[in-house]
Amino acid sequence: MLYREAGQFKTTYKADSQIFPILQDRVGMMILLSVAAIGVPLFASEYWINAILIPFLIFSLAALGLNFLTGYAGQLSLGSAAFMAVGAFATYNFQLRIEGIPFFLSFILGGLSAASVGILFGLPSLRIKGFYLAVATLAAQFFVVWCLTKFPWFSNNSSSGVISAQTLTIFGFAFDTPISKYLLVLFIVAGLALLGKNLVRSSTGRAWMAVRDMDVAAEVIGIPLMKTKLMAFAISSFYCGIAGALYAYCYLGTVEPDGFSLELSFKILFMVIIGGVGSILGNFLGAGFILLLPIFLDIVLPFISKLLHLPLSNATISHIQLMVFGALIIFFLIVEPHGLARLWQIGKEKLRLWPFPH
Amino acid sequence: MKFFIEIVISGILSGLMYSLVALGFVLIYKASGVFNFAQGAMVYAAALAVVGFIDYGMPMWLAIIAAFVFMVIVGILTEKFVLGKLVNQPPITLFMATIGLSFFLDGLSPILFGSEVRPINLGIVDEPIQTIMDLTGIGISKLDLFSSGIIILLVIILALLFQYTKVGRALRAVADDHQAALSLGIPLENIWAIVWSIAGFVALVAGLLWGSRNGVQFALSLTALKALPVLILGGFTSVPGAIVGGIIIGVSEKLAEIYIPPVLQDAFGGNFGGIEGWFPYIFALLFLLVRPEGLFGEKHIDRV
Repeated sequence: MLYREAGQFKTTYKADSQIFPILQDRVGMMILLSVAAIGVPLFASEYWINAILIPFLIFSLAALGLNFLTGYAGQLSLGSAAFMAVGAFATYNFQLRIEGIPFFLSFILGGLSAASVGILFGLPSLRIKGFYLAVATLAAQFFVVWCLTKFPWFSNNSSSGVISAQTLTIFGFAFDTPISKYLLVLFIVAGLALLGKNLVRSSTGRAWMAVRDMDVAAEVIGIPLMKTKLMAFAISSFYCGIAGALYAYCYLGTVEPDGFSLELSFKILFMVIIGGVGSILGNFLGAGFILLLPIFLDIVLPFISKLLHLPLSNATISHIQLMVFGALIIFFLIVEPHGLARLWQIGKEKLRLWPFPH
Repeated sequence: MKFFIEIVISGILSGLMYSLVALGFVLIYKASGVFNFAQGAMVYAAALAVVGFIDYGMPMWLAIIAAFVFMVIVGILTEKFVLGKLVNQPPITLFMATIGLSFFLDGLSPILFGSEVRPINLGIVDEPIQTIMDLTGIGISKLDLFSSGIIILLVIILALLFQYTKVGRALRAVADDHQAALSLGIPLENIWAIVWSIAGFVALVAGLLWGSRNGVQFALSLTALKALPVLILGGFTSVPGAIVGGIIIGVSEKLAEIYIPPVLQDAFGGNFGGIEGWFPYIFALLFLLVRPEGLFGEKHIDRV
């Protein structure tokens, strides 16, 4: 950045282990959060809040969950949407079946349910790895969605498993306007992201990275493989579960199991790849990118087709979107395997020296 | 009993279809160590290319040849622009790149060849064979039998190709050890291009057979995902594994679809169809817990 850490001395261990050790970073984060919490509700239109900012935050959270598992612990998962589904449906059932349960508690219980399902499907990771595990997580994806569709109990006997989220209330205050929902999502996501940032530099996070880099070596130096891997699955699914609950309660309102399809899982995986594997910031960048890209293409493609006098049907536009997604994934993997987060980091390094080249 | 046999036979026949897709995976995995998630998309692309070229006015045989050429071009371009650029990357990166490739193909082929559902007519009707029906009372679809014949033929041809030709020897050498093969003067890039072309050919056959059965539609790309449990059951590196795994998956999912829902229905009420959708995955998962390297896979030894 344009500032340097020169002159900022750390004299206590506490100062040394801060999340943002540089004063300017701390101030920057404060400004960012206060803009998000105060500025956005004041100035953003309802469309922006409902259609872009809320899903952006929710998908960032889901990507963060997957990133723990894939980016930090090195276990590729293609079933994150299933864990989101578990979170959403579990929260719904806790709200429905326990009278007067505080919604925060039901969210946490929903997340914990997702975590337990995650542990269940993470068990094979002790025996298998790599591609085999990726296929195993597909089992979670298909099985969970099938269960939620076919057992009417999960959706309170509604047809085809559709659930309508109840209004969230706390001390008589109802979260029913877009702005209040946005603030709730922001609060939860910011809190969990901060927690995640801390988690990956704790002993848990370091153990994950050791397992990712080489699990046999990690085991040899005394990292309990089973505990570490299952912990990764549990925490990852917890985050995905909370994201799923927010997806149902604060974004869509009504969801059905089929909405948590393989396609959604891939979308989250793409956010992680494009944003940056093994980075917290990357999830936000990736989620923003993947969400804004279709909107951008929707605006640009008709313009181009008009320019070239080539009529494009809606189907063609959605196919072009698929192509662009695919091409971008390949492009990022080839050119910058660490994603947007690395670009950000490189930019920061460059700016540190600016205006000098070296 | 007759019913049971009928289910088993139809399971075997549909399982062979999965094997065919799995075969494409195995070929590429053996030769280049890439787990090609895009094989399903390649099946879809190949089938669409055939119907697309027919729509452009070509006769069937020419359309098939043109589609093969298209698949070869796709294979070579993939090698050149995707995998060639990702040499020395960890396998998981290559895997994710092929996920990107599958999205790209899923988008590209409908743009080139149209996205509406069309049938492929191979001239064989999907009806039971009368003589067997009269003799035993078991219905076996002509189309299924024909497809199985083609698949078995294809496997034999591939086995001969691998065993007795110069290209086949080179392929096996590359599969064994990239670097040793390279130092013997085997051109690695050409070999990979050949492997991708063969995989494209296998995808084309799969696309033709599946397309003639269900019509050419996007679901092909997803149905082909079923080849993944087949693979982990049979082992990633084994051609016979792909065949046996396919048959096991085909039979078990058909049996599960018939016999599990009534049990669940008695216990919980409601409708429990669609077990086929997840059963192969859970089955393969449980199998992996017992034998992580699959039926015929090579045992993996880790070294620090």
